[in-house]
Amino acid sequence: MTSEVKRNGAVHALRTVFVRVGVLPFFLVGALVIFTALSSKFLTGQNLVNVARQSVYLVLVSMGQMLVLISGGFDLSVGTAIALTSVVSALGMVWAAGIFPDAVWIAILIGTFMGFGAALMVGLVNGLGVAFFNVSPFIMTLGVSSVGAGFALFLTGGVPVSGLPFAFADTFGFGRLWGVPVPVLVALACIVLMWLFMSRTRLGTQVYAVGGNIKAAHLSAINTRRTLTLAYVICALIASLTGLLLTARVESGEANLGGSIALESIAACVIAGVSLRGGIGRVENVVLGAFFIALLQNGMNLAQVSSYMQMVLLGSLLILAVIFDQLRYRLILSGD
Amino acid sequence: MSLIETRKLTKRYPGVVALDAVDFDLAEGEVHVLFGENGAGKSTLISMLAGAKAPTSGDILLNGQPVAFASVADAQAKGIYTVFQEFSLIPTLTVAQNIFLGWEPCRGPFVDHRAMRRRAAGMLGELGFDIDPNAVVAGLSRAQQQMVEITKAFHGDLKVLILDEPTASLTDREVDHLFKFVLSLKRRGIGIVYISHRIQEFIRIADRITVLRDGAKVGTVPMADTDDAALVEMMTGRAIDEIYPRIDAAPGAEVLKVEGLRSKGLHSASFTLRAGEVLGVAGLVGSGKSRLFRTIMGLLPRHGGRVELLGNDISDASTAQIITSGLYYLSPDRKAEGLDLAKTSNDNLGLNLVMGDKLGKGGWFVNWGAVRRETQAISDHVELQPSYRTKPVSQLSGGNQQKVLFGKCFGQNAEVYIFDEPTVGVDMGTRSALYLLIKELAEAGKAVVVISSDLPEVLNLANRILVMAQGRLSAELTGADMTEEQVLRFFFDESGAVV
Repeated sequence: MTSEVKRNGAVHALRTVFVRVGVLPFFLVGALVIFTALSSKFLTGQNLVNVARQSVYLVLVSMGQMLVLISGGFDLSVGTAIALTSVVSALGMVWAAGIFPDAVWIAILIGTFMGFGAALMVGLVNGLGVAFFNVSPFIMTLGVSSVGAGFALFLTGGVPVSGLPFAFADTFGFGRLWGVPVPVLVALACIVLMWLFMSRTRLGTQVYAVGGNIKAAHLSAINTRRTLTLAYVICALIASLTGLLLTARVESGEANLGGSIALESIAACVIAGVSLRGGIGRVENVVLGAFFIALLQNGMNLAQVSSYMQMVLLGSLLILAVIFDQLRYRLILSGD
Repeated sequence: MSLIETRKLTKRYPGVVALDAVDFDLAEGEVHVLFGENGAGKSTLISMLAGAKAPTSGDILLNGQPVAFASVADAQAKGIYTVFQEFSLIPTLTVAQNIFLGWEPCRGPFVDHRAMRRRAAGMLGELGFDIDPNAVVAGLSRAQQQMVEITKAFHGDLKVLILDEPTASLTDREVDHLFKFVLSLKRRGIGIVYISHRIQEFIRIADRITVLRDGAKVGTVPMADTDDAALVEMMTGRAIDEIYPRIDAAPGAEVLKVEGLRSKGLHSASFTLRAGEVLGVAGLVGSGKSRLFRTIMGLLPRHGGRVELLGNDISDASTAQIITSGLYYLSPDRKAEGLDLAKTSNDNLGLNLVMGDKLGKGGWFVNWGAVRRETQAISDHVELQPSYRTKPVSQLSGGNQQKVLFGKCFGQNAEVYIFDEPTVGVDMGTRSALYLLIKELAEAGKAVVVISSDLPEVLNLANRILVMAQGRLSAELTGADMTEEQVLRFFFDESGAVV
């Protein structure tokens, strides 16, 4: 009898964790156990540091994606924002470097701002379409992602833009500050800022409120259209930042960067307990969710799973996470 | 002999008795009203008569014979048809397709559309409903959809028609039409079970009334032997003066001035509102009483006229700006536009503290410590039990959800509080607590508006009443004129503006 009581207690505890945090802890433990069993290299400090560095880009994009998901929508155009930023900033840097051959950093700055500007347009168009014209986020961001990708390919003719200033790649792609890779530092700063934004500012609270019940938010003196637009703009700008870091990493402007990142970032968020209905989600969990996806990819690489099968697994995992999200939402609404 | 009868009908759920040994009977050609508050057991009773739920114990007798309904379809086959509040119509199909859904006349393996249209037109005509059988249901008004729903009942040999809150979203003219139709069914010997909590309406058609409270039957009375005060007392178990507090209204300076306000279905409304008064707004559904204030709040497009708050023109301001400038609006639909159901009471209250000016205006950052303290103070004030404060609002009862909704209006220091149907779906105990909050605001010198379809609520709380009919202000009543007869007279006023 005592063992039954204990078992019930354990089930109850697991359930509480599931309702509070979502499916992530279970997936994380599962992945750690499986990959440690499959490869002796997996659970080493060296490898985990590696994963942390690889996960930076997804962590960043996922935080932007989270913001849009919490506002009650989603953004399929994050990959396009990355590609467009990469192409536009690279073209800008090459062009500016031709005009100011002696001032490399001015060229880099000009290129960077042009990249941000391109992504700002993506975010604004998404936000205006969703907030002011009531286009469903799915169609709006799907359409914009095609438009943006088309522009990126048109601008480059499909050929990577090379000849970037060396300082750009040296600093943002491979540079280190106090021994820490620059992209990691950028991500850490972003995580802190995002956490402050979501949990400490009035605007962050408004994003949660709009996603939770947009009409109730409207009647609580929130400018819901502005809030929605803001979510898409910030998401695009974070994607843009990621695009710059990736451009520095590959040392060229490429229109095919960020191809699968929309799916991966949505998966990271949903696995981390961000509700697809909006209103629910936490920065720290999303960071962990993105790290989990990177860990999964790393583990599968070590276990020599082919990249094609990795796609199959990632898609399945996303669907599974959504099913669990439905279950969790029902548990939240109905209570124990 | 009774058409349908229940004996000691009981429905138990784990931990609750939803219906406790209720005897009920319906005669041929009778309109029998089921009356009671939300949660009194009306819906449980009809769901068993309709075949949607099986009783835990007790019997249902049809023409004196015990029956057990296997399903809603089974009950329909036995001549009992229920028109629920949620219609069972497919919006994208035509009227004829809906009427014959599952009964399609066929020629060989194919649906005979021509025969279907002809027979649908015949049925509609026979019932006196002027609806095109080829119209798509989504394009019909709510009243027309209800007619289609009722028409579906006439496939078989209809004996009992159950109508669940049928007037909930009908205009007064549509209600008149519905009542004429109900009377014609009566003459055909069909028994009608009519669920409603609107005394003013059902007194026009009821033969007998059965009152339910907390799952038990309080009594059955012939309409001729009772009146609304007695019915309310039966329903609530309290006398009216125990429910409504005395509000000492002290009308002061003018705070809100509305001039010639127009919108869709709202014709040129003008009135003023003073600090420290409770203005009641009465009218039937569709009279425009809610629309008037939603237009003021910027929730509906304004077609003309102006609104002044404390001398400032707010006609063109956004809803957010209007709320911030001191006009608070409490939504009549707490689920759809009042609360974030997946969040806790604390989260819901916190949002208004973050947005409101109670904790200081503006600023980028939220002082969560102050928000927490103030949330607690507000929860205490609206008497929300501590254990409910950290649960998702969806898990609370309607009454407690309404307390949270009321709590939200204490998140800012508004000058005008507009309560749109403030006690809809709320039990009597909670109601009197909410009325005390309204009293407190008014006596603190705030201007309060109470818009309500519940006439006793308006009559007992307000010190001045606006009556609306067909999108116009049809009367302004004060002092001794504030009686039910006076208000009802202007409910059906066809002549237009009086004010």
